[in-house]
Amino acid sequence: MAEVDYRWPENHKMRWIGKRVDRLDGLEKSGGTAKYTYDVNLPNQLIVRGLGCPHAHCNVLAVDISEAEKVPGVVYIHRLNAPGPNDDPVEIRADGTLLVAVAAENEAAAAEGVSKVKVQYKLLDAFTADHDLQSAEANGRTKPAGGGIELDEALGEPGDDEDEEEWENKVMQHLFDTSAHVVEGEYGIDSITHCCLEPHGATVHWVDGKLKVYLSTQNVSQADDGFAGALEITADDVDVTCDYIGGGFGSKFQPNYWGIAAAEISKVTGRPVKFMLTRDQELKIAGNRPSGYIKVKLGADANGVVRVWDSLHWGTSGFNGSTVAVGNIPYVFRPKSFRRKATGIVTDNEPSVAWRAPNHPQACAITQTAYDDLAAKMGVDSLDIFLRNLENIDTPEKAPVYAEQLRIAADLINWRKHWHPHGKGKKSGAVVEGLGIGIHKWAGTANSSNCLLKIHADGGVESYCGTQDLGTGTRTVCAMVLAETFGLTLDEVKVNIGSSTYPFSGASGGSTTVGAVTESHRRAAQDALAKVLDLVAKKLDVSADILDAVGGKIVARDYSGKEMTWKQACSLIGIQPLEVNSSYARGTASPLSSENVAGCQMAHVAVDTETGQVKIKRMVAVQDMGLIINRKTAESQIYGAMIMSIAAALFEQRINDPKTGVFVNSELADYRLPRLGDIGNLVVHLHEPESERARGVIGLGEPPAISGCTAISNAVCNALGVRVPTIPLTPKRVLDALRTAKG
Amino acid sequence: MSQPTKGFSRRAFLRGSGVAAAASSVTSTQSASAAIVPVPIIAGETQVSLTVNGQKKTVTVEPRTTLLDTLRYQLNLTGAKPVSSDGSSGASTVLVDGKPVMASTTLTVAVSGKSISTCEGLKDGDIPKAFVSNDAQQCGFCTPGFVVAVKAFLNQHPDATEEQIRAGLNGNICRCGTYANVLQAVIALVKGNQNG
Ligand code: FES
Repeated sequence: MAEVDYRWPENHKMRWIGKRVDRLDGLEKSGGTAKYTYDVNLPNQLIVRGLGCPHAHCNVLAVDISEAEKVPGVVYIHRLNAPGPNDDPVEIRADGTLLVAVAAENEAAAAEGVSKVKVQYKLLDAFTADHDLQSAEANGRTKPAGGGIELDEALGEPGDDEDEEEWENKVMQHLFDTSAHVVEGEYGIDSITHCCLEPHGATVHWVDGKLKVYLSTQNVSQADDGFAGALEITADDVDVTCDYIGGGFGSKFQPNYWGIAAAEISKVTGRPVKFMLTRDQELKIAGNRPSGYIKVKLGADANGVVRVWDSLHWGTSGFNGSTVAVGNIPYVFRPKSFRRKATGIVTDNEPSVAWRAPNHPQACAITQTAYDDLAAKMGVDSLDIFLRNLENIDTPEKAPVYAEQLRIAADLINWRKHWHPHGKGKKSGAVVEGLGIGIHKWAGTANSSNCLLKIHADGGVESYCGTQDLGTGTRTVCAMVLAETFGLTLDEVKVNIGSSTYPFSGASGGSTTVGAVTESHRRAAQDALAKVLDLVAKKLDVSADILDAVGGKIVARDYSGKEMTWKQACSLIGIQPLEVNSSYARGTASPLSSENVAGCQMAHVAVDTETGQVKIKRMVAVQDMGLIINRKTAESQIYGAMIMSIAAALFEQRINDPKTGVFVNSELADYRLPRLGDIGNLVVHLHEPESERARGVIGLGEPPAISGCTAISNAVCNALGVRVPTIPLTPKRVLDALRTAKG
Repeated sequence: MSQPTKGFSRRAFLRGSGVAAAASSVTSTQSASAAIVPVPIIAGETQVSLTVNGQKKTVTVEPRTTLLDTLRYQLNLTGAKPVSSDGSSGASTVLVDGKPVMASTTLTVAVSGKSISTCEGLKDGDIPKAFVSNDAQQCGFCTPGFVVAVKAFLNQHPDATEEQIRAGLNGNICRCGTYANVLQAVIALVKGNQNG
């Protein structure tokens, strides 16, 4: 058999790929029959609830569970972050940290048991003012987080006897002194939480010494290792299942300590155990995105092209104290000379975890707001400033892509008609409108993935892959690739995912999944098809090279009329199914997938200057993603990402009480998220010129979740003529900014 | 050193609620107290009959057992989801005698004898199909609640305009951001088709 040449079919031959296809598991989801981890109920199971620490920073001195044990229905109480009878106090560094877990016969008994646990705390000073660099410094809560300087080569080098830092300062000063326009500003974006609607958690049971876990996870294939390591067993003794997951966004890669506790409690009690976090625990301890605040000065030439950037940014990722990674600043735009420094702030919060496009939304929001302020200062159209500055970006080869995308987005939002100089728009009563832009980038490299494909003699096709569906439509894209390759319909192929017993596939994080699974499924399908075609070729007495799988048949391309149905072809396989196991290793150059996309978003907002309310009128996203597999779910990803951007731009923020550090808005009534009425008109444009499409599949989850926030912030500034410095742009912040500007 | 937050047992609350109401009324206004009839204290397990998706069911519950827990743990109907304990996400929306309520904040004893419709009961109807063809679900965790909310909304507003839809479906949170698709699904339903 000749070596298989992995590639996508030519465009005009594609029957499934690139089409709008309903997701295969849609009816299970919308009909309420899809079983998520939280929905798995095992016979005789115990329900576990954790007791979260109510203080941001304290020592837990002692825990008294005697009353809790007396609660009818309480079966077992498990220590998590709490001292045993003769132990030293346990220091708690984040509000919500689970201290003990109560296992009971039902939810209500578990909750009552939790309420009866008595804990002695010694309160310690809490610090959560991550926006306040001065106060962090005064409290010894800062940590250097890197930085550096790069100067235009044309500026030369320091002389042998010159102090390097002094020389650099002098050069920077000179660059600013000779700039036509200088902008100085402070910008920020607060911490938000993942707030998965299905909280983190697991349902577990032990069967003959093996641990069976239903886990709400983005990482089916590796979660077994996480359990095995913590429980000192081997990964082959752990099976993890996740058929459906109710949101992850980067926070569900690990079993977490409560997942491990579920396994331990199950072992001790000999009963299945379900341990899910409560809503406020989910918000407090299950994942948050670091904040970022910046002080920046930039200098531009007469045309508005930025030639020098100088910034210090800070923020927090919680008690380990890092901030937005310094390498992302300035974001996308790279003036020829720039200096950037970062300071991490140690707060009494749970450490952050990856959040859809880690670092990028914040880096974008604290960079491109300053670029927009340059436009405001010059009285020049922001679109022109963004276009002119494409001459200095960190991926110069993408400049024409951004330029084209900006042109398309501008048309779709009617930019030239609606734009006005900052603060100079017509007022309708107290309401004024504005336009804003953000641009972004993302890698989206395909993860490693293996696919076991079985073709049965009766024509049945089934694949097995240890991947998962976060809501991107993973099952559907796998089925589309198989159906495309074999010339079948979607219901003629069966895709099996969501189990650690299936061949390894990488975690779903960083926009890596669709690339990964289409790589492994296309490879497996092409490998298997080559074998079937060999059998058919012999039977029909033609060369396998002229055979195509199309329309449920294997057809000879030589006009001989020779063909057989898919079923007839598969009957040649024999009694045992044909099995192939095909792999893609991350980083392998391949015609099937690629990396690095560009995108832009624009927002049109209306701001009420009396109430401070910002309303989205229209948002436009223009996004490339290489080859699109399922147009329908691809668009949904972008709509969803835009809505998440609206959430972060206008609504959500983690609010810590300034004195106690307690996270005060950890219930959904207070942790504000947009509702259906808040989204305005969203327009998605899939940017797919042949040059992009020919690159193969590139991940789409993160990129459209990056620059929307920035576009909204810039639009509000364009409306008001005043920068509301920190995102989210709450009504209070809008009014405060207007007041400050008035003086 | 501080004491832990005193937990508040809902069972204790129910046990004592009748007494507490009477006592506070007595101290507030004399005349009002005459109208207060001490309610019997409900405790222990009790049997409740209800109709769920057209089928008669009898369940044994405690007074504090929520309708959500009854559906999910006793009736194997896990479409309604536990997302927020205060009902602010809408994920546990079910219909009680045709009206939308949050199963997470409804006690099972309070719906005794009533007719409950959950998402599962609507699964063969037009709404889930419109959700699928308009791709109004991503992770899908909010979706069953949304489907029921749409049912209740369309019962009231069968000819809803886009503006009314935008104004009338704000009780449900979707973290994945399917609102644009839900909007399209409902527009399609009003038009009488489910095309995506
Ligand atoms: S689809 Fe995930 S929360 Fe709505």
